[in-house]
Amino acid sequence: MQPFAQHSGLVAPLDRVNVDTDQMIPVRFCRLLTREGYGRFLFYSWRYLEGEKPNPDFVLNRPRFRGASILLARANFGCGSSREHAPWGVLDYGFRVVIAPSFADIFYNNCFKNGILPVTLRDAEVDDLFQRTEQTEGYRLTVDLEKQTIANDGLELSFAIEPSRKHALLKGLDEIGQSLQHTDKIAAFEKAHPTQAVMHDPVDVIISEPKP
Amino acid sequence: MPPRTLYEKIWSAHAVLEQPDQPALIYIDRHLIHEGTSPQAFSGLKQAGRTVRRPDLTFAVMDHSVPTQNRHLPIVDDIAKAQFDALTQNCRETGVRLFDLHSRNQGIVHVIGPELGLTQPGLTIVCGDSHTSTHGALGALAFGIGTSEVEHVLATQCLLQLKSKTLRIEVHGQRPPGITAKDIILAIIGKIGVAGGTGHVIEYAGPAIRALGMEGRMTVCNMSIEAGARAGMVAPDDTTFAYLEGRPFVPRGKDFQVAVDFWKSLATDPGAAYDRSVELNAEEIKPQVTWGTNPGMVTDVTGRVPDPNSFRNPVERKAAERALEYMALEPGTRMVDIPLDRVFIGSCTNSRISDLRAAARVVVGKKVARSLKQALVVPGSRVVKAQAEKEGLDKIFTDAGFEWRDAGCSMCVAMNDDILPSGERCASTSNRNFEGRQGKGGRTHLASPIMAAAAAIEGHFVDIRQWGVNGAD
Ligand code: SF4
Repeated sequence: MQPFAQHSGLVAPLDRVNVDTDQMIPVRFCRLLTREGYGRFLFYSWRYLEGEKPNPDFVLNRPRFRGASILLARANFGCGSSREHAPWGVLDYGFRVVIAPSFADIFYNNCFKNGILPVTLRDAEVDDLFQRTEQTEGYRLTVDLEKQTIANDGLELSFAIEPSRKHALLKGLDEIGQSLQHTDKIAAFEKAHPTQAVMHDPVDVIISEPKP
Repeated sequence: MPPRTLYEKIWSAHAVLEQPDQPALIYIDRHLIHEGTSPQAFSGLKQAGRTVRRPDLTFAVMDHSVPTQNRHLPIVDDIAKAQFDALTQNCRETGVRLFDLHSRNQGIVHVIGPELGLTQPGLTIVCGDSHTSTHGALGALAFGIGTSEVEHVLATQCLLQLKSKTLRIEVHGQRPPGITAKDIILAIIGKIGVAGGTGHVIEYAGPAIRALGMEGRMTVCNMSIEAGARAGMVAPDDTTFAYLEGRPFVPRGKDFQVAVDFWKSLATDPGAAYDRSVELNAEEIKPQVTWGTNPGMVTDVTGRVPDPNSFRNPVERKAAERALEYMALEPGTRMVDIPLDRVFIGSCTNSRISDLRAAARVVVGKKVARSLKQALVVPGSRVVKAQAEKEGLDKIFTDAGFEWRDAGCSMCVAMNDDILPSGERCASTSNRNFEGRQGKGGRTHLASPIMAAAAAIEGHFVDIRQWGVNGAD
């Protein structure tokens, strides 16, 4: 995973509450077998008209928000399905940071697995950022994960983040590799608490003798 | 030891490693996978040269993209076929047991888990699917994960987790006739909101929850995620044990008794503290129908489509305006006056045998309204389908003009060819009424199986309480 330390970029406002992951990547695009290439489908139904023509009314299609890399959003961002295609799409589109008053749990978690920083701010702070973004053409922010701040000349906001998540993102840690270092502890746990799935009645299953 | 909740007991029994300020390494007893969210996890695993640690605890099923008719024919949808082939190959290579689309035990992952007895009290269960919360109905700790976490579990049989907060939802009183588990959970979401459970694990309690059958409890826990909570649970009791006894993966004879004794010890200790509590009275719940584009936009069937101006919070007002625009509804319209195009009875929320029995009791001897373009019944699993056919329910549905299909997710998510066309309106027993969820431009109204069944007969919603039919077993 790519590490995240600091990021400066153009801010795009998405002024909708409860944006769900079905809206981020409609399910018909979630049947591919890869992790790449979902940026094209991000916010598909809002972003395009018939024949994949850009919808000029959708905020990300407005010329002034082209190239944005910080997404400003409303409460409960990322609710609904657990599909990781949603953060894959967010990242592939070019966003490295999402700012919102609150996030849905699974989406929030998925962001960290993909090098995206989700920043939680207070309602009033988010309202204020929406105003600034609308009023100032080319409004940019600098996000510093180490210092836990968001800044633009004059403005400085700080945000909270769980220390272990911060550490993992700063380092771009391979979590699986980290956990595999505890293989001995996992094996010991398995020995102390054996868990099995024993089939007492035949069921119609392919591969009836799983590898141990 | 201080009194502990059900959640805390399962958590500490599965902590492989806990360090201060670090997520805990939690052992996973059952890992369920499906064709939609697993291929990237397997390829990641392969790329890194890693193997599946416990294929014997991993179970795969095809459900999201499967066709619900003509399953004996070759799959014509190339993208779906690629998903099925990938899952089959991944399972063969790693030794994971697979219920493929021809298995007699195939079905929606959250229907077959409990049905096979893979889901048991006290277990940790994960799946790359947010409705994994369903399995908590049996007193398991079960939640949805992303694909990166699927890969993590495949490799380590563990998950890195921060401890959640606990929310106790107590439903008092007795559920009136015509009120189902679905109405209870929709009323809960209406009360606490779609983010009301964020960061929490919900434990449902109280006499109205205890009085629900196992399948009704699954309906409630299923939609915990629609309230923002990753997991929902119900403490196991005699209803749970009776449901589990004799299922293929449940211990037999003396071992079963040993298991029951253990399961009994899981219930939350008296005096255990929760971070938050919410109370509801079942007697006050009326049949619920959603009017908007998230499950919290819900009202009584006797109610009306709200006026956006009645929302004081400007963000909510705007959301209501947008929802009404998408749903093509006028404020003040009575819910029973909304005409429907299609009815869908199915999904991991409401496709089990008790749901189908209740819906069949509503439609027996009646005919689907002529104004309807389609009325679909999609059993949650092939075992449910076979049982329903044994009881003659399929005949009741088809005589009334419903289509009777093979098992899968179907029009809940429109990943196969069961799609709600743009601009059409559907009464659905599923769990999500998001924009485009059942098909691009489709408009979804969530309701219980008996409400959806009655709506199919009348062509619009009706107050099922006036029909004198009971909601569920
Ligand atoms: S039935 Fe619907 S909600 Fe349930 S697992 Fe399938 S797609 Fe998801």
